[in-house]
Amino acid sequence: MSRIPAVFDALKQSGRTALIPYVTAGDPGVEATVPVLLAMAEQGADILELGIPFSDPMADGPVIQKACERALECGVDLSQVLAMVREFREQNQDTPIVLMGYMNPIERYGAQRLAKDAQAAGVDALLIVDLPPEEAGVLRQELAAAELDEIFLVAPTTTDARCAVIAEKASGFIYYVALKGVTGAGHADYSGLAEPINQLRRHTDLPIGVGFGISDAASACEVAAVADAVVIGTSLVDQLSQASDKAQAVAIAAQFIAPIRAALDEQSQLKTAASG
Amino acid sequence: MATPAEQLFSHPLTDFPDAQGHFGDFGGTYVAETLMASLEELRTAYERWRQDPEFIARFDADLSRYVGRPSPLYFARRLTEHAGGARIVLKREDLNPTGAHKINNTVGPALLAHHMGKKRVIAETGAGQHGVASATVAARLGMECVVYMGAVDVQRQAINVYRMRLLGAEVHAVDSGSKTLKDALNEALRDWVTNVDNTFYIIGTVAGPHPYPMMVRDFNSVIGREARRQMIADYDTLPDALVACVGGGSNAMGLFYPFIPDEGVAMYGVEAAGDGIDTDQHAASLCAGRPGVLHGCRTYLLDDDGGQITETHSVSAGLDYPGVGPEHSWLKDTGRAQYVGISDKEALDAFHLLCRLEGIVPALESSHAVAYAIKLAATMRPDQTVLVNLSGRGDKDVHTVATLEGIEL
Repeated sequence: MSRIPAVFDALKQSGRTALIPYVTAGDPGVEATVPVLLAMAEQGADILELGIPFSDPMADGPVIQKACERALECGVDLSQVLAMVREFREQNQDTPIVLMGYMNPIERYGAQRLAKDAQAAGVDALLIVDLPPEEAGVLRQELAAAELDEIFLVAPTTTDARCAVIAEKASGFIYYVALKGVTGAGHADYSGLAEPINQLRRHTDLPIGVGFGISDAASACEVAAVADAVVIGTSLVDQLSQASDKAQAVAIAAQFIAPIRAALDEQSQLKTAASG
Repeated sequence: MATPAEQLFSHPLTDFPDAQGHFGDFGGTYVAETLMASLEELRTAYERWRQDPEFIARFDADLSRYVGRPSPLYFARRLTEHAGGARIVLKREDLNPTGAHKINNTVGPALLAHHMGKKRVIAETGAGQHGVASATVAARLGMECVVYMGAVDVQRQAINVYRMRLLGAEVHAVDSGSKTLKDALNEALRDWVTNVDNTFYIIGTVAGPHPYPMMVRDFNSVIGREARRQMIADYDTLPDALVACVGGGSNAMGLFYPFIPDEGVAMYGVEAAGDGIDTDQHAASLCAGRPGVLHGCRTYLLDDDGGQITETHSVSAGLDYPGVGPEHSWLKDTGRAQYVGISDKEALDAFHLLCRLEGIVPALESSHAVAYAIKLAATMRPDQTVLVNLSGRGDKDVHTVATLEGIEL
């Protein structure tokens, strides 16, 4: 059973925005991933996105491409990613984990086997970048049987009719891609974000997370004004790549999350105060 | 009588793909959401323009006056004698401008881009042939052209890089992954995601998300339509076997497609067996791979047990690709076509043979098809015919061959 709905329910009660950091599993170093995830949860990350390394990550910019390459050099495969989740769950039973990746490693692992093993490991949802709802058939049934959420992307180019189809098939939350481009592309302009998000809300009651291009507290707050969740990947992965060991990676992750969490909470308090 | 382009765009032969771009279990649209709208736009535009008389007339005129079609069908008498069996005839795609069949599939899409109001085209390239063909048509229509090419390929194909620049294209060396064709394709997709509003992506083969495998096949099937007509005109019969090399598979699909309903015509796709299919140094995704998802479609591919795409090897850069067009995967599984491997060494031997016996310098890619045709013809009767798609000429490979012979030019 996915932990995601409960997390969003609790956040809604307190008027806060979810913070969802992304890291690539096995980068920097296989040993660093679990401590980094734990540290981020401790610093107030509400949901964790864990990237499954892939040789051909066609929707990712250079920073996450390099992270994939480093992880693959360490020999990280899907079995190991699931092992990391199991290890994380020994110390944290509450923070949801979303596995994010591309279809081929999943196809090779097997849809049924993955759904079963992911559930057993303590995964809450899957987001497969190159699997739009049109092609999601078989995997969808398996994930549903294992009570795992399936997160779909909506892009600025997605038509209203497609938004309706995606909203109907999605669970957990919907991930709105804030810009036309790959992950980590230049700073997006969030001034026009309210319109597509509100349009999307007409099709769904699911929470809406926004990602791509968000790099710091300021951009996170800008997005949080209209979204239920803020996803941050590239700038975190970029900073983590500087770490020379596990301890340093943990410190970098904690220092990265803390100020963004604080800024988001400050903003939500102001909002609550103003509306109260 | 219908014009060649009208015949090209009508689909009386097979019902594939279906509306979602599936060839049985293969094909489809496996891309990030950002591209879904552009693919829909492309599908709609292609449906519309391929029935538009003005578009058809322009395409016809381009094929005859710019490309110089039809390309000849040539009886290779001395090669036939050497093989000692069936008659070998060559479809001379090597005589096309820019040196290969690739121009068939850039003239059409560039015209489509122009009609769709796109001012910028992008392309990926391995050896540089598709890049040159894209740069050529972009120059002619006054469009901006950006070509993505693996950094390794930029190094080993310096002349084609310069040719593209002469034609006004911008060439971007791709430094990610294995720095070859598959990475160039990734990078072109990333460009397209970023510039979807003004950019048309001309994919160089029958792979990629729907509608590319269908569209590229349609544009290249002029090869098979001409060959079928020429066979009947010259020999009053259809060939007994078709042979074409398969990397991504565009020249093979272009030859095969119009013959699919002709049950008496056998089809052989020849993959690059590199150092041998039993080694890990080859690019034979149909012979040695398994179904998976790469570059927007479900198809046979080469990967490891973790699902990571593996690096390939072939003496010919144009066959050096770990995936293959999904329609070939379907033809393989239905048994309509057979796929075989030819090693680097066999291809090089065939390259030299064709030079000496027929005075034709073939591309190393096409040499794979020639090598298999010789083997196949030897097992057949003299009254039978093997039709080989000589997809490209070998000017670009002269340097590679010389280097392999230990000759410094």
